[in-house]
Amino acid sequence: MRLDQRLIAKMITPGTRVLDIGSGDGTLIDHLFRTRECDARGIEIDMGEVTRSVAHGLPVVHGDADHDLAHYPDNSFDYVVLQRTLQAVERPREVLRQMLRIGRYAIVSFPNFGHWEMRLKLLFSGRMPNTAVWHTPWYATPNIHPCTIRDFLALCDEDGYRVHEWMAIDEEGDRAPWRRSIRLANLFGEQALFRLGKGR
Amino acid sequence: MDQTVIPSTVDHTRAVFPEGVALDCGSVLAPVEIAYRTYGTLSPERNNAILICHALTGDQYVAETQPVTGKPGWWGRMVGPGKPIDTDRFFVICSNVLGGCMGSTGPRSLRTVTGENGVSREEPWGTDFPPITIRDMVRAQRLLVKQLGIDRLFAVIGGSMGGMQVLEWAATYPDMVFAAMPIATAPFHSAQNIAFNEVSRQAIFADPDWHGGRYWETGAIPARGLAVARMMAHITYLSEEALTRKFGRRVRRCDEPVAGSASPGALSTFGEIFEVESYLRHQGSTFVRRFDANSYLTITRAMDWMDLGMEHDGDCAGPFRETRTRFCVVCFSSDWLFPTSQSRIIVRALTRAAANVSFVEIESDKGHDAFLLDEPDFDRTVVGFLSGAAEHAGLSPRTLKGH
Repeated sequence: MRLDQRLIAKMITPGTRVLDIGSGDGTLIDHLFRTRECDARGIEIDMGEVTRSVAHGLPVVHGDADHDLAHYPDNSFDYVVLQRTLQAVERPREVLRQMLRIGRYAIVSFPNFGHWEMRLKLLFSGRMPNTAVWHTPWYATPNIHPCTIRDFLALCDEDGYRVHEWMAIDEEGDRAPWRRSIRLANLFGEQALFRLGKGR
Repeated sequence: MDQTVIPSTVDHTRAVFPEGVALDCGSVLAPVEIAYRTYGTLSPERNNAILICHALTGDQYVAETQPVTGKPGWWGRMVGPGKPIDTDRFFVICSNVLGGCMGSTGPRSLRTVTGENGVSREEPWGTDFPPITIRDMVRAQRLLVKQLGIDRLFAVIGGSMGGMQVLEWAATYPDMVFAAMPIATAPFHSAQNIAFNEVSRQAIFADPDWHGGRYWETGAIPARGLAVARMMAHITYLSEEALTRKFGRRVRRCDEPVAGSASPGALSTFGEIFEVESYLRHQGSTFVRRFDANSYLTITRAMDWMDLGMEHDGDCAGPFRETRTRFCVVCFSSDWLFPTSQSRIIVRALTRAAANVSFVEIESDKGHDAFLLDEPDFDRTVVGFLSGAAEHAGLSPRTLKGH
């Protein structure tokens, strides 16, 4: 399991209901079921991953964040998780709204476009930055809605979401030391992880 | 039809229910007999039973030689010791549907009628058999399950019309179904599928041997009509790719007329016919030996009436509110009879009902029939879903081996 998935798992109270959007090979929901007795379910866009997950006995449906969240009833989960995918969905704002309609908490991680390397590369080369995190050229990237940590916080503020926890994490998924200052995290954090709730 | 042999009587294992079944149409059908087969051993806790529901022309002989045709069971590759539905672990039940013709009460069953002269005699129900629904089939299966001493089925599994029964089971008796696997099916029969069924029925009606459904009086069966119905339906079970792969445009010699075909050899001017024609004629002629035309009408009608949302203002989620059943919906990419879009309707309805649901579309070019054929990803899905559900149900990993 990736280190940031461990950080996500730690945010989740045992015995709760969890929906993992983009559950991949099902590692997180399997972990949550086995070690935290959660009723954990997944949605995954890649049919191969779905088949592998279901063949492991995990409850996963084929679907995606943009089109399938609307069918879930209000408050049917305690946590709705979206890992490293927010920047790739068609309507990130709507996806966040759906997540907090379906769940009490939304746990969201995304790559931080405000990282210093991105800023420097764009400034000095005048080309779209290419780093370990952002490694596909502009014409092939699935990341159609990149944002920085401060951009994300501004949206949370605008839409009235409360930030219960946040942390910057590095590409390996380990927690980065920037936990006091949003500005420093926005400069040095490669990824960001948030736990949001409804209301300010 | 001189060349068609009417099936000899086979002794099927049956359960008898004198009180009968109260049907959706309002009448009570009594007594009711349900022919069934079981495989494996029921655990002392009675918690390892799996009910398999068969499709339109299937029967209870899932995993053993069919006594009428002498052919292997229709799902022998899926059900058996060490198979995906493992009879070393699970107690598998399969029954012939109500309205069927392989031993369960249906249009071919005898009933007592009183003639104008006041004399009672026995004759088949024929077209007087009451209209039944998929839910009526499930009601009859429930009587059987209860009689076998089972309060809760570990799983109900079925494809096509069998999948419709799975959905009705979960909707009608949610507390009796721990896990449900509707495969290559739909929450309601589409206009296109009703249309196909109607063509099948009209083919039977058009047969001169139909005799208004009282064909037993003449000792004949509407074999040509039934064969055409089967041929047409069989096309819908395959896909263009599968037909091309299997037959292409290959021709073969046609020496003799094929039993049951509408116009044997009529177009084989040069003594040759396309292989696909020959194949369909064979499908038609073997089918009429084992299937009753009135049964075909009754069951296709039951499928047409299938609509989970009917009693819920069209909302298919309605019957599943508060459900605790674990679902695994499976469809096949090239199935155009029960396409993926239909399975997606089921999945979305279950999602709206906050049900625990898995959903897989298996990549296959074999069409609707793929669920009966060799599809390794499908096998893995069945194994994984059942073992995951067994873990949640608290079944020991190998319930019975060695008992």
